Amino acid sequence: MQSLKGQRMKLKNLEPTNNSKKIYFTFDDKKYFGYLGDTLASALLRNGVKIIGRSFKYHRPRGVLTAGSEEPNALVSILRNGQINPNIKATEVELYDNLISTSQNRWPSLKFDFLRINDFLSPFLGAGFYYKTFMWPKSFWEKLYEPVIRSAAGLGKLSPVADNSVYEKAFAFCDVLIIGAGPAGLLAAKTAAITGIQVILADEDFVGGGRLNSETFKIDGQECSQWAQNELLKLREMPNVRVMTRTTILGVYDGGTYSALEKVGEYSSEAIDHLPDSIFWRIVSKKTVLCSGSIERPIVFKNNDRPGIMMASAVRTFLNRFGVIPGKKIIVFGNNDDARRTVFDLQSKGVEVIAYVDSRDKVEKIKNTRCFANSVIVNTNGPMTLSAVTIRTGNTITKLKCDCLAISGGWNPSIHLTSHMNNKPIWNETINCFLSRPRAVPNMEVAGSANGVFSTKMAMTSGVFRAREILKELGVKFQNIRVPETENEDYNCEPLWQVDGKGRAWLDFQNDVTVKDLKQSQKENMTSVEHMKRYTTQGMATDQGKNSNVNAIGVMAELTGQTISLTGTTTFRPPFSPVAIGALGAGGDGKRFAPIRKTTSHNFNEERGSPNIEAGLWMRPNWFPKQGELHWRESCDREVNMVRNFVGICDVSTLGKIDVQGPDSAILLDFVYTNKISSLMLGKIRYGLMLREDGHVMDDGTCARIGQQHYIITTTTAAAGQVIRHLEFVLQVLRPDIDAQVISVTEQWAQFAIAGPKARKLVDKICEQEISNAQMPFMSFLEVNVGEVAARLFRISFSGEHAYEISVAASYGDAMMRLLVSEAELLEGGPYGMEALNVLRIEKGFITHAEIDGRATAQDIGMKKMINEGKDCIGQVSSLRPGLVDLEREQLVGIKPINKEDVILAGAHVYPVDKNPKRINDQGHITSVCYSPTLNTSIALALIKNGHKRHGETLKMVDHLRNSEILVELTSPIFFDSTGSRVRG
Amino acid sequence: MHYSAWQIFKNGLTGGSGWKPFWRTPEPKKKYDIIIIGGGGHGLATAYYLAKNHGINNVAVLEKGYLGGGNVGRNTTIVRANYLLDGNSQFFSHSLKLWEGMEKELNFNTMMSQRGILSLGHSDGQMDSLARRGNMMISQGDDAELLSKEQLKEFVPYVNQEDPRFPIYGGLLHKRGGTARHDAVAWGYARAADRLGVDIIQNCEVTGMVISNGTITGVETNKGIIKADKVGMAVAGRTSQVASMAGLKLPIESHVLQAFVSEGLKPCINCEISWGAELFYISQSDKGGLVFGGDIDKYNTYAARGNLPAMENVMEAAMALMPMIGKAKVLRSWGGIVDMTMDGSPIIDKTAITGLYLDGGWCYGGFKATPASGWCFAHLLATDIHHDVAEKFRLDRFEKGYLLDEEATGATPNLH
Amino acid sequence: MRIICPICGERDLREFHYEGSSKLIDRPDAGAGLAAFHDYVYIRDNIAGINEELWSHEYGCRGWLLVSRDTNTHEIMSTELARDAKFKRSENET
Repeated sequence: MQSLKGQRMKLKNLEPTNNSKKIYFTFDDKKYFGYLGDTLASALLRNGVKIIGRSFKYHRPRGVLTAGSEEPNALVSILRNGQINPNIKATEVELYDNLISTSQNRWPSLKFDFLRINDFLSPFLGAGFYYKTFMWPKSFWEKLYEPVIRSAAGLGKLSPVADNSVYEKAFAFCDVLIIGAGPAGLLAAKTAAITGIQVILADEDFVGGGRLNSETFKIDGQECSQWAQNELLKLREMPNVRVMTRTTILGVYDGGTYSALEKVGEYSSEAIDHLPDSIFWRIVSKKTVLCSGSIERPIVFKNNDRPGIMMASAVRTFLNRFGVIPGKKIIVFGNNDDARRTVFDLQSKGVEVIAYVDSRDKVEKIKNTRCFANSVIVNTNGPMTLSAVTIRTGNTITKLKCDCLAISGGWNPSIHLTSHMNNKPIWNETINCFLSRPRAVPNMEVAGSANGVFSTKMAMTSGVFRAREILKELGVKFQNIRVPETENEDYNCEPLWQVDGKGRAWLDFQNDVTVKDLKQSQKENMTSVEHMKRYTTQGMATDQGKNSNVNAIGVMAELTGQTISLTGTTTFRPPFSPVAIGALGAGGDGKRFAPIRKTTSHNFNEERGSPNIEAGLWMRPNWFPKQGELHWRESCDREVNMVRNFVGICDVSTLGKIDVQGPDSAILLDFVYTNKISSLMLGKIRYGLMLREDGHVMDDGTCARIGQQHYIITTTTAAAGQVIRHLEFVLQVLRPDIDAQVISVTEQWAQFAIAGPKARKLVDKICEQEISNAQMPFMSFLEVNVGEVAARLFRISFSGEHAYEISVAASYGDAMMRLLVSEAELLEGGPYGMEALNVLRIEKGFITHAEIDGRATAQDIGMKKMINEGKDCIGQVSSLRPGLVDLEREQLVGIKPINKEDVILAGAHVYPVDKNPKRINDQGHITSVCYSPTLNTSIALALIKNGHKRHGETLKMVDHLRNSEILVELTSPIFFDSTGSRVRG
Repeated sequence: MHYSAWQIFKNGLTGGSGWKPFWRTPEPKKKYDIIIIGGGGHGLATAYYLAKNHGINNVAVLEKGYLGGGNVGRNTTIVRANYLLDGNSQFFSHSLKLWEGMEKELNFNTMMSQRGILSLGHSDGQMDSLARRGNMMISQGDDAELLSKEQLKEFVPYVNQEDPRFPIYGGLLHKRGGTARHDAVAWGYARAADRLGVDIIQNCEVTGMVISNGTITGVETNKGIIKADKVGMAVAGRTSQVASMAGLKLPIESHVLQAFVSEGLKPCINCEISWGAELFYISQSDKGGLVFGGDIDKYNTYAARGNLPAMENVMEAAMALMPMIGKAKVLRSWGGIVDMTMDGSPIIDKTAITGLYLDGGWCYGGFKATPASGWCFAHLLATDIHHDVAEKFRLDRFEKGYLLDEEATGATPNLH
Repeated sequence: MRIICPICGERDLREFHYEGSSKLIDRPDAGAGLAAFHDYVYIRDNIAGINEELWSHEYGCRGWLLVSRDTNTHEIMSTELARDAKFKRSENET
């Protein structure tokens, strides 16, 4: 794949401008304001809104926990363009004017949720309780228990109307994809970009920069967030770089293919001109550097789930990026130095930190705050939001009032994408986190904290290093990129999987899975991590376990006494973040789902008011109503009579037409057809039967020899694609020694049937050449001219009448249809549609794929003799298997009702008159039915056991579905003109 | 321990200290009467019925990973008895009856929800096929009814009848069909089998077979050699590999089937729907997630993950069929390895090796077959006679030409 | 997945049709009998590993390809035109 160096590949992006514009929004019908650049979460926090939702099982109050896409608690519904968008993370929503949001999963209100009762029943609602009960009485499950469980399930609700969001899809190609625009990603992108190759830099946030937007240290003397914006600006100006913010890379697929979702117009109150809400991207990249950063893990202790308890990194984000102070009395608790950084950041902005609690024992004191080293938090108080915490130091207990607790349990590298190709991450004992195996994804390197490199300086160095590795593999010359001066500290984390003690300690905040649940699952011998997860539902909420997986594995390891390595982890699968079905299915809605194929007579059909019917992807006319006809049968019966007595015109262009040429054409055709084609004379046509290699019928059609080494074969509409593929398979794979070429010409030639006693007269009139019976006997071909237009004339019949099919280049199709119809009408004829076509062919016992349904053999349809035993053909040998020649097989017969007034139903089964209509007595089924105006009775084709030998027998047709039972007679499938005199005359 | 609301109440009061392990973790014995390779739904159900129906409990189920970790935990949980052909019809009918009695039988709530399976038709031809199928179902003793498009507007108003590419002509409703909680089925059978004395050995991978003179006498595993008089294979996704340990080759090609679940939503889909315009099916679980999928990816694979074209087809089908779910978000996707047979129907049969039996080739329809396959495979293992309802699932049907081709696509595994 | 069509270059999976095992190339002679055809039509090695298989570039040049691909990882080892592969096999036989 050639990459086009230097070509522009920019896309316009929406960027937040300045921060001072006020934006008004509502949450649960209350009006608030925020600023441009806020998320819904930061705006709500600034307005002192602490409770935003309810947890799934116990309906405990929930508030903002994080500041990112991993948010498990602050889930809201957004009302936009009259529709609800459920389960949206408030931390991801870019605040816009007139945004309307509501809380979810609570009744009657967020403040007073009736189902909080579950919380008090929690001792009885432990893991898997529903597997052990709700079984008795049996009927209560369907009628009471299940409906109640279902109505309590789910968080958000869908609007009961067709989704009106506008979704688009696109492809993008690049040499290098950088995932994440934090410190590692920015440097990796720079390293790759200055070589001139095509680079895409994607970041899920609406402002690139990653953690740099949330911290306060300096990079080369600049504020880190400012430095990040400057770097992004430089990258944006490079013509070979596409910076895609608001773009989440969702999944990794084979061949360097990535799926991604870009939010475009989603965060606006009205649809923005020409912009879709989102674009689903397929990005194909030769090489990738994953710089997705890390997600902070919570600490597990009793009542660690109250609103007001937040991740320390989130507190810094809200403080430094959004200017929000999340509480009046803040306590910080952690097992690493990021807890300390949080205290310093808060204090530097004039916020009082009441206490700093650190589980490690060797910690330096911090001024202006109470320091508790070697300490843990063992409980918190509510009732609705955080009001106090209990600190334990050795044997000493201290209880302090507070309304915000910032917790920091260490960092979990975001390596989810690396395991999409089934390579499980490996536990690293030194830095206590899961890391990707090297090259777990072909052509992907991991850099920065995503690769366990946590200081900013080292993350940047890592970005440069990894980028250089892949540039080497691409054979591209690269420069040395200078890594700026910035902080380079180890964060000194000492893992703390859980704080021991009684009482419920939360692992999964949304699904309400606690350590108690894990203990129970271990007791019940659900010790494999997969069992534990499925049994307790830990990690199965909308945050996909981002906030609980590692802690749960750590706790499980402690419970079972195994190492974390041995305990293992579950595999991550796409999508990295939940993504709307509509976004992934862009282009599938309404008529866009599949193309519409129209014949050249389509306009004519519409003018005549013919109702269209789908035949696969094609539109075909069902009948041509005349004035005064009120019921379709009137039109259909009239058209059948018209064909049988005068002449009818039908567009049959949809049937497959394949052009076969070359010295070995006949050899090819002898090989794919059961009968002999090599003996077909020039200008003659033969019916042909094709088998699959397994001996069953693939398709039937006609084969016309129109030149010495030139044949045109036809297929049914349904099997056209299958047959051409089959011929190409034969020529390229089985018999490349055959010197012949095939090509589909279905769409190149418009073809029309001209059928009826007056057909010859019509054809003779419109053709320049004389058309007589002598010149064109049944099953012959002639090249003719209609005016100046060259045409192919085939004398073949699907109606059982004297008939032709005339074929012209498609550009003349419309004109030809009109000419034929006007000539036919002069002869008391006219156009006929699919219904009449079906009646005519059933009257003659001609089969379609209703009969050759894929299970039929040549013998079943009475064509065993068509298999020429003197030559090999596809399917010849397999057709001789006992099961395929068994006389008990269902064979083609005709069916007539004993009582002329009775109606036969397609899909009905047939039974002996004196037996119960049960499966064991089943004799076969009805395949095609019609009312025959020619015979004044309902007739049908059917496949009946040993049918060939049972003509004259009376059976009963039973249709259980439509409550019909009638007596029927088995007959020959040829109901009309059994000698075929009409077609040969 | 018998599960009930009383147990829950009792254990709730004692902080859950009374709960007992679902199953033991036994060390394998040196020899068993019967070894079942594969601790998935079928293997565990077979073990249970061997003990329950035939009094044979000197049985070991050998599972290479954690029990229920294979396809039983990866399917879209559909249970139905709406097959067309004689040979399949009676089997799945028997299975559905067992589903209906399963909770009582196992004392475990597998949360079977008989919310109905609705198959939609988009042409006269399709409606005729649905009628043929529905009539077969009723003649089998199961239920079916034809719904008109007007009736569908009432029953499933969220199905697009306003501007569909392929208009809806009607549908076939199978009320007794529905969904069940897949993990619970595996756990339920495992616990019940364990209670009857069956040894379930997890983390025990069969690496070879001990065969002499055309007779199997045991298996080699990572825990040593375990002897047995009879060995049954029930290893969906690995059937060809395990069979090849006995030198057997099968009419099977393995493919991946992707499946998807959305975030939990308040109830919005009231039954399971199968589309007629393209292979696509969807239902809503008790937890509120929409569970859906479509066709296999169509290339031979063991990677248990698929690619974007098949996924996009599923999502586009979802939007075409019920555009109401556009804003529902896909939470998880996964793939299972499905053993596609050359006619799309399963195999429950002896093999050319005396003492070695096969339950496999379930394509993407193994979950609903769980109880009946266990029942029938146990019958075959115990008595060496095929159970009536599984009579036609023979291995030699391909050679003899007695195929069970529901999709009527012939010997192309990826079209079944 | 991306497959390198020898005629068109590297194209996305969605342009291709998968037919089946490369076993299909070696169709038994007419006289080989039912057993040989049963094996050809129905029996598959179904290996978890590097397999040879037949694909066609159906939405491109419609060329039939012999692809060597690892069914565990989807890594494609090689592709060539099926007719070239067939000719080579025929040469080897004579």
